[in-house]
Amino acid sequence: MADPLDKVTLTVDGIVVQVGPGATVAAAALIAGLQTRVSVSGEPRAPLCGMGICFECRVTIDGAPHQRSCQILCAPGMQVSTARELP
Amino acid sequence: MIHDFDIVVVGAGPAGLAAAVTAADCGLRVGVVDDNPAPGGQIWRSGAHLPAAARRWKARFAAAHVVRLQGWRIVDCPEPGVARAQRNDAEIGRDSSAADGTSLRYRHLLLATGARERFLPFPGWTLPNVMGAGGLDAMVRGGLPIAGKRVVVAGTGPLLLAVAAHLAARGAEIPAICDQASLARMAPLVLQVLRQPGKLWQGASYRWTTRASRYLTRCWPVSAEGDSRLRSVTLQRDGKRWSVACDYLACGFHLVPNTELASLLGCRLEHGFVATDQLMQTSVPNIWCAGEPTGIGGVELSLLEGQIAGLAVAGRTSDAHRLARGRRGALSFARALHRACRLNPQLRDLASHNTIVCRCEDVELGALLGRAGWRDARLHTRCGMGPCQGRICGAAAEFLFGWRADSVRPPVFPALVSSFLEPEADPMTPREAV
Amino acid sequence: MTRVWDVVVVGAGIVGAACARECAARGLRTALIDAAGIGGGATAAGMGHIVAMDDSPAQLALTRWSQQLWRELSSQLPPEAEFECRGTLWVAADEEEMLEVRRKQEVYASAGVATEILDARALAEAEPQLRKGLAGALLVPSDAVLYPPAAAAFLIRDAIGMGAQMLPPRRVAAAALGKVRLEDGSELQAIRIVNACGAGAVSLLPDLPIRRRRGHLVITDRYPGFIRHQLVELGYLKSAHSIATDSVAFNVQPRQTGQLLIGSSREFGAEDTTINHALLGAMVRRAESYLPGIGRLQAIRAWTGFRAATPDKLPLIGPWPGDESLCLATGHEGLGITTSLATGKLVAAEITGETPGIPAEPYFPARFLDEGRVAQAQTLYREAAHG
Repeated sequence: MADPLDKVTLTVDGIVVQVGPGATVAAAALIAGLQTRVSVSGEPRAPLCGMGICFECRVTIDGAPHQRSCQILCAPGMQVSTARELP
Repeated sequence: MIHDFDIVVVGAGPAGLAAAVTAADCGLRVGVVDDNPAPGGQIWRSGAHLPAAARRWKARFAAAHVVRLQGWRIVDCPEPGVARAQRNDAEIGRDSSAADGTSLRYRHLLLATGARERFLPFPGWTLPNVMGAGGLDAMVRGGLPIAGKRVVVAGTGPLLLAVAAHLAARGAEIPAICDQASLARMAPLVLQVLRQPGKLWQGASYRWTTRASRYLTRCWPVSAEGDSRLRSVTLQRDGKRWSVACDYLACGFHLVPNTELASLLGCRLEHGFVATDQLMQTSVPNIWCAGEPTGIGGVELSLLEGQIAGLAVAGRTSDAHRLARGRRGALSFARALHRACRLNPQLRDLASHNTIVCRCEDVELGALLGRAGWRDARLHTRCGMGPCQGRICGAAAEFLFGWRADSVRPPVFPALVSSFLEPEADPMTPREAV
Repeated sequence: MTRVWDVVVVGAGIVGAACARECAARGLRTALIDAAGIGGGATAAGMGHIVAMDDSPAQLALTRWSQQLWRELSSQLPPEAEFECRGTLWVAADEEEMLEVRRKQEVYASAGVATEILDARALAEAEPQLRKGLAGALLVPSDAVLYPPAAAAFLIRDAIGMGAQMLPPRRVAAAALGKVRLEDGSELQAIRIVNACGAGAVSLLPDLPIRRRRGHLVITDRYPGFIRHQLVELGYLKSAHSIATDSVAFNVQPRQTGQLLIGSSREFGAEDTTINHALLGAMVRRAESYLPGIGRLQAIRAWTGFRAATPDKLPLIGPWPGDESLCLATGHEGLGITTSLATGKLVAAEITGETPGIPAEPYFPARFLDEGRVAQAQTLYREAAHG
């Protein structure tokens, strides 16, 4: 069982975020005060369903786009970008 | 790499856990594929205090002799007896020795794919921090801080009270819990709950935890307001409207079953649910279904059905039948639940012409009016053509227009293009996560 | 008094839509009917590639003319038609294929289609995602891509604007000798009937030398800039050629949304739309051999559709011997989107007696019938008229 004091440090859009173990990348993005994606017509979007079905939580993780961040646990050193250039 | 199993269980919520444990206890070779970072499905998602039954079943699962593909999803079934699975974080590639995809050979397949929330469009519903009720609950369990935040909980169904109680216990301020149902409509469900001490206690405990919140029936959100994120929600009740400032709106209109994989496999559906016999076998031999996809009925029914299916697959038919007889009580609860959660037709009028219905492709309601059906809408407006594959907008379109989604095509979930390659192409050994 | 249409077009895919539009533009009283709404069939299923194809002089003439027509129309197309002049890159894997590239350039030049040869380095610059070691490519800048159902919808709206009528959806049970009988028993009378039913044309005319040739496609999530042109391997024509075996060929299209459409496959004998996983896997493997990164993209959907294939890879456009009322506009195989506009013009010219923009004879259905068959067909139709 993970030590509850074990924090995980990652960056989201260059912002350093510290989360507890078992935290999702989606939570990290929201903690950093960011939305997760921009819709095809330019609206800001953030997670809706929390269970990996709505695809609103998509971010780029370590260079890989379209990752459903609500289903992915934070790992130390992850580089996340809520890249606004991608639709 | 190809794995061989007596039974592959898809989904590790209550039904899947019960089926996997039961089948493993009967000595079958069991594989479990679950989309989430950890077992438990939605209702038993870790990150919060779990009821005793959840802890017991999770412990039994952890101790059971099963192969776990945790954080994997089934994307296709290229031939009878073979399921193609893919890892969620396949592209992040931190562990390059692990395969992205694998084929699972099964003699039996058990679909315990659960349910998802139904979302209805209304002005402002696409604002950041408007989430499902289960959606916000899942996010909080996944580390989203909620203490001191104002949350309006709305929609319909018993999930609302449970979510509100959990959030309140974590320090959220909940000005209102709004169910679109009337007390009269809820009455049969309430009667059922009164007859079951366990449920009654739980309900009372939830209401005690949320005693600072107004609980309003016949009430629903008509709009969400904000700039780059949610600032307030306008609620309506009996024609009166008022705004509530808030940080989050947790809004879901009950549940719809995840039947896509069942449809892909050719299982017959009835009224949108997977049709099964007494022992949970579908219309396709060797494909079984347990839990919410057969009818939204909650945890008890899911646990029962998972065990029935597990026993039936293992050939323990008389034991399975014995358990099946015990479904009656749980089934009448499910029926009462279904009636209580029927949606008020006024909810069809919430969206205006420029309210987005399909969030993946930003298709507005105005573009959908006058379309002949789901297929026509998809072809000519791109509604449902995005990565959610119509899971969000499809349920809304069914309520708004009566459209039923037609055939399901692979992949049943977005998958890497490479997942269509023949399995011999995988040179790597799949990593099994516990 | 029963209304007699000048033209009834059966089939509201992109070919039928183009035919109805051209007929309406000439003041003909035109009706368009389809059992399943508009823009279905291969129009809904296929890649919207507008391509000059040089399998034969007649094919080149038809595709080149039609491509020009699309360019002329492009400024009127609505945004949802997603028309883009992307150009096609015919990719050469080795020096032998580069010889073919040069040959192709000459053939295109003779038909007035401008092309450019890219060497290995220029190709790598133009399309960085292509694998290393390819020899080069032929660029056809005038080729384009679009979203066919929206284009078909536009053509139909335009036709309606010029007086055509889109009839309520009903299945056509028979269409011959000036009468279109619907499955509800009612009848339309027409001076000319256009059969634009694509892969379904045989249900109305069992004698047609058309076979259903199924294809697979995969569409990905949005990856803008992954590729810029439509990319096709030179072996594509070999795949389209072979009529005996199932085949795959590298053919990938960038959509305006940034999604990629991955094709192509061909098979005969498939009866329904169930995916042939073995063939789909081969198709993806072929695509991966040219675009190594494509396997890592997310696929949202895979599906199949039916092309209407003829023995000589040319469509059937023109009069059907034995029935003066009947005009065919079908059998377009994989070129229906491209040649729809030209088909419309050829059909309208045939109906009004104008001289068409290109010689119409190579596409005449009569090319498949000998005199005896023609007489037989005439008898059958007379009998049907009295039946």
